[in-house]
Amino acid sequence: MVKRLLRHKPAVITLGIILFISLIGILAPVIAPNDPYKVDLINKFASPSFEMPFGGDQLGRCIYSRIIWGIRPTLGLAFITMIGTIGLGLIMGLIAGYFRVCDEIIMRIVDIMLAFPSQVMVFAVVALLGIDVRNVILANVFIKWAWYARMIRTNVMKYKEKNFINYSRVIGNSENFILLKHLLPSIASETAMLASLDIGWAIINISTLSFLGLGVQAPTPEWGAMLNEAKEVFIANPIQIIVPGVAIILVVSLFNLLGDYLRDALDPKEVM
Amino acid sequence: MNKYIFKRVIGIIPLLFAISLFTFVFINLIPSDPAEVALRLNKTPVITQELLEKTREDLGLNDPYWVRYLNWVTDAMKFDFGVSYVRPSRTVAQEIMTGLPNTLMLSGLSFVLVIVLSLPIGFFCAIYKDSWFDKLMRGFIFITTAMPAYWVGLMLMWIVSIKMALLPTSGNYEGFKSLILPSVTVALTYISTFIRLIRNNMIENMKEDYVLYANVRGLKQRNILLKHILRNSLHTCVVAIGMSIPQLISGTIVVENVFAWPGLGTLCIDSIFNRDYPIIQAYVLLIGVLFIVFNLLFDIIQVMIDPKLRRGME
Repeated sequence: MVKRLLRHKPAVITLGIILFISLIGILAPVIAPNDPYKVDLINKFASPSFEMPFGGDQLGRCIYSRIIWGIRPTLGLAFITMIGTIGLGLIMGLIAGYFRVCDEIIMRIVDIMLAFPSQVMVFAVVALLGIDVRNVILANVFIKWAWYARMIRTNVMKYKEKNFINYSRVIGNSENFILLKHLLPSIASETAMLASLDIGWAIINISTLSFLGLGVQAPTPEWGAMLNEAKEVFIANPIQIIVPGVAIILVVSLFNLLGDYLRDALDPKEVM
Repeated sequence: MNKYIFKRVIGIIPLLFAISLFTFVFINLIPSDPAEVALRLNKTPVITQELLEKTREDLGLNDPYWVRYLNWVTDAMKFDFGVSYVRPSRTVAQEIMTGLPNTLMLSGLSFVLVIVLSLPIGFFCAIYKDSWFDKLMRGFIFITTAMPAYWVGLMLMWIVSIKMALLPTSGNYEGFKSLILPSVTVALTYISTFIRLIRNNMIENMKEDYVLYANVRGLKQRNILLKHILRNSLHTCVVAIGMSIPQLISGTIVVENVFAWPGLGTLCIDSIFNRDYPIIQAYVLLIGVLFIVFNLLFDIIQVMIDPKLRRGME
C-alpha cells in the first residue's frame, strides 16, 4: 500500500506540502516573528511591514504570527476529531461485522444516526454539553462515527470470508493475528482515503463553530476564532478576514486533493 | 406500489421515535432544574424547598419518565413546546413562527438559485466534457468545496456591500435587497455539489446502451441529449435535490448569523448562548422531523418516476 502510494507523484507532493505545513505549526515558536498574544495598541491595524508581513489586528497583534500559531489548533483539533471518529467507527464496525455481537442493534443505531441532520446535531450536542472545545470534538465525533462504522463493517464482511483469511484460520493462526495482520491492512486503504477527505470537512466544521463563538475561544489564534474577531473590524482592516480565510481554503483544498489522489493511487480500478 | 408506500411510512416510525426520544432526553439531561426555572419565570420572590416540591408535583416532574415522555410528545404534536426560558412572555411556538418565514424565504431563494444555476452548468459541463468551460467549472467546484460558508458571506459583504455599496450588509430592513447576499452565500455552498452530481450522472448515462442505440437509429444529437440523457439523469437529480431541502433549511444557521438575518438559525445560536433549552429542543425536533419526512417523500417519488425501480417493486 505504501509502495503504491509512493509511486503516485502528485499524492506524494500533496502529502509533502501538508507535512511541511504541519511542521511549520510544530515549529511555530521558532518561525513566527512575533508573540501571537502580545497586545500592542501602537500597531493597531498596522500596515504590512517587514516585522509584520500581514500587518496588525485590532489589538496590534501580528496577524502573520497568529496564522502560524493557528496551524496548531486548526489542524490539531481536526486530527483529534478524525482519530476519535475512526476509532469509534472501527470499534463499532468490528464488533458488528467481525465479532457479530449485537450486529442488528448497532446497525439500527447507525441507520438512525445517518437519518439525522448532522449539521443541526452538532449544535444540539454543543448546546447540551456546553460551549467548549472538547465538546465541539465530541459533537463532531458523535455525528460522524456512524459513517465509518457502516463502511468498516461492510468491508470487514467482504474480507472475512476471503480465502486467504480462511486459510490463515485453517493453519491455526490466532484470531488476533488474523485481525491485525490480515483484516486491518485490507480495510486500511479505503479508510485512509475517506479520512483524508474528511479532515477537510472537520477543519471547516470546527472553524465554523469557532467562528460562531461555540468552539475555540477568542485569544487563541485558531483560524475560525480569528475570523470571529475579525468580523467586527473587517471594514477597517479587510486583510484580517482575507488571510485566515485563504489559509483555511488552502489547507482544506490540500486535504481534498490528497483524498482524490489517494483514491487514484490506492484503488486504480475506480475512475471518477 | 401502495404496499411499498405503506411499508416505507411504517418504516419511519422508529426514526420519529428516536428523534423525539433524543430531544426529550436532551432537555432532561441539562443541569438546571425545570421546577426552579418555572418558579423563576413566575417571578416567585423566595424559592423554598416546599415550593419546589409542590411545583414538581404540579408540573408532573415526579411522574415516571415514560408518562412524562408521552405527555411531552402529545404536547409537541400540538406544537406546544412550553415557554422560552429567557423571554417568558413568549411561547416557544411563537418564537419559532417568527423566525420560520424568514428562514423559509432565505432557503427558498437559495433553492431557486441552486436549481437555476446548477442545472444548465452541469448540463453543459457534461456535453462539453474536458472543454475549457468544463475545466473552469471543475476549478470553481474545487475551490468552493474548500470555502467555509461564513467566510464567503463575509467576503461578499465586504466586496458587494462595502466596496461597491450595492446591497445592505445585514438585517432584513430593505426587503428583497437584503435577501440577495445571504441566499447567494447559502446557494454557493450547495451549487458545487449539484453541478458535480448532474455532470457525473449525465456522463454516466451517455455511456449506456440506449444512447448507442439512439445514435445507431440516427436520431438528432439534440434529441438524444434532451429527450433521453437529460430526462434519465434528471430522475436521480430531482430526488437528490428534493432530499436536500431540509439541509438547505438547516444549512442557513451559519449564514443567518453572518448576516444577522432574523430567522431560525439566529434564534438557535442565540438560544445556545442564552441556554434557552426549550427553543433548541423545538428546533432540533422540527428539523429532524423535516429531514425524515422529506427523505420519505422523495424516496417514494423516486420509485414513482423511475420505471426501472417501479418494476423492481412489483
